[in-house]
Amino acid sequence: MSLRGVTKRFGEFTAVDSIDLDIREGEFFTLLGPSGCGKTTTLRMIAGFEEPNAGEILVGGEDVAGLPAHKRPTNTVFQSYALFPHLTVRDNVAYGLKRKRVDKAEIDERVKAELERVGLANEANRKPNQLSGGQQQRVALARAVVNLPKVLLLDEPLGALDLKLRKGLQLELKRIQQEIGITFVYVTHDQEEALTMSDRIAVMNRGVVEQVDNPVEIYERPTTTFVAGFIGVSNLMPGVVRSLSGEKAEVELEAGVTISADANGLGTGERCHAVVRPEKLYVAPKGMPAPELAADAQSVDGVVTSSVFLGTATQLVVELRGGARMTVLYLNTDEAKRQELPGGGADVTLSWTPEHIHLVRESGTERATADHEALARERADAA
Amino acid sequence: MSGAWRWLRHNAVNIWAAGAIAYLLIPIALIAVFSFNDPSGKFNYTWEGFSIDAWTNVFGVEELTDAFLTSLRLAALSTLAATILGTMIALALVRHQFHGRRVANFLIVIPMATPEVVIGASLLSMFLIYGISLGFFSLFLAHVMFSISFVVIVVRSRLIGFDRRLEEAARDLGATPLTTFRTVTLPLLMPGLIGAALLAFALSIDDFVISNFTSGTTVTFPLYIFGAAQRGIPVEVYSIATLLFAVTVAAMVFVTWQQRRAEKMAEVRPDDTDESGAGALASGRDAVSSAGSPA
Repeated sequence: MSLRGVTKRFGEFTAVDSIDLDIREGEFFTLLGPSGCGKTTTLRMIAGFEEPNAGEILVGGEDVAGLPAHKRPTNTVFQSYALFPHLTVRDNVAYGLKRKRVDKAEIDERVKAELERVGLANEANRKPNQLSGGQQQRVALARAVVNLPKVLLLDEPLGALDLKLRKGLQLELKRIQQEIGITFVYVTHDQEEALTMSDRIAVMNRGVVEQVDNPVEIYERPTTTFVAGFIGVSNLMPGVVRSLSGEKAEVELEAGVTISADANGLGTGERCHAVVRPEKLYVAPKGMPAPELAADAQSVDGVVTSSVFLGTATQLVVELRGGARMTVLYLNTDEAKRQELPGGGADVTLSWTPEHIHLVRESGTERATADHEALARERADAA
Repeated sequence: MSGAWRWLRHNAVNIWAAGAIAYLLIPIALIAVFSFNDPSGKFNYTWEGFSIDAWTNVFGVEELTDAFLTSLRLAALSTLAATILGTMIALALVRHQFHGRRVANFLIVIPMATPEVVIGASLLSMFLIYGISLGFFSLFLAHVMFSISFVVIVVRSRLIGFDRRLEEAARDLGATPLTTFRTVTLPLLMPGLIGAALLAFALSIDDFVISNFTSGTTVTFPLYIFGAAQRGIPVEVYSIATLLFAVTVAAMVFVTWQQRRAEKMAEVRPDDTDESGAGALASGRDAVSSAGSPA
């Protein structure tokens, strides 16, 4: 399935701005981003509830952009489930097959098999309001999956459930997806959920796709400040590229040191941010090199502003010159070493191995996202 | 401070309430009681003795029975027409954006606020101007006209609380717009439609003022009673009225039960949408009860 230059405007507001996506068959593909980033609008355009202002939506090579929702080879699991309250669980699940005029005996058989798959065989005669939230979610899933769509669209399907139930259903969704091999396009704002379940993730912000890659790459090698900040803890050190030599860039950080890292297509004089994930940073008293690291380790000085014991880890926040705040996670594997960690106010040196630093381009400011979100909701409601 | 005084103070609200309910229900109870009277003259005004004559042959008075059947027929037909038209108007007002929608929303309540005598007089002159002969058909037009507003208001409030995502889900599962309406929208609107229809029926069957202007020589149940009041009301009127009352109470119980059931079913939505849904349902019920009060 592919999207080509798909754009959606509500009045003068552009909710989705000319996005291109290629989703492979049988893939668990996630659209991840804050609310109002355009991910739900994108999903609704694929489903046929919104008409794009421009672009093509190709499912199995066929452009479906002009087709009404009921003629598309997709099915949706809604955030609110949208179960038919007047029908039993069985009739809810059978609804799509009945519309396709599938043979009655086959409907019975497929509905039964699907309810067994999601563990609701005994609830077939109940009405949706007699089920728990988790059970309703399963009915919504079964009602869509039973039709064997080419693409299954899921709009924050676990959003209304509590944390524990959500964790369990994440694994179950993934299992079902692998079992039936249908392409899943999953919308969520929960980065942890996206990392756990997806084969690939598209991170969206303000109507554009910032990065598409597998969870490990997205986490380890974000390409923009937005992706770096949205996935995991944001550890950004601003700086300017001073010179290029081959693949490497020399970057002067505001914190006062110059480091060398993969250029990632950045040009001389360009502003950028250096990213190091919290668990890859080492902290030691100022001037003392971290003993764990090799001689080519890079380092920068700062002051500890807080130190919090989290159980499995200890989290320190170190403020650098220029104001950048870096979060450091120390895994509490050695109690003696943990007690030696510098406390609040201490002058320290942060260090890391060069392979763990990563340069990212500056993207739109995060603050603007909140306004964008409010506007997007307003427009969507009005429409 | 005597014990009786304290008891009185303690139960003042209950006594007051019992008095108010009695005030409301005694006239109706009296009708039921007097349907068992055995009056010696033409007038059934004083209690003279117990008799079940009026009940053994309820439909024995031919003119009365004819009038009653006319009323039933008129109410059934005008209810059907008003419910269909009113539902269509409500759908247009809630679901579609068009020029003048706000004005239409306001205009729809005007017939409810207009005095019946005025509507009746105006309909009469209109029928005369356009040469529509007075009779069953003119009564039908008049009854549809004054029932529609009530239907629109009841159905509209149900539609406002309607979760449009259910229709999206049906479309998503392959239902055409028409099938979506038939299998999802209509069944979920049904409690509201039934409530609206019963209201229209009740309005039609007891209408006197407008019918009096537009009936020509056709006689409905209320018109018959009014005419008979001067000559002497047969006891059978009391029996039929009692029957009508019993049926109405049963219908009201049924509507309330339907609404409760719909409300319970609507609880299926997750927390974030639950409030708006329940609120709209509640306001829908309010519209039913407030619209029902003039009837």
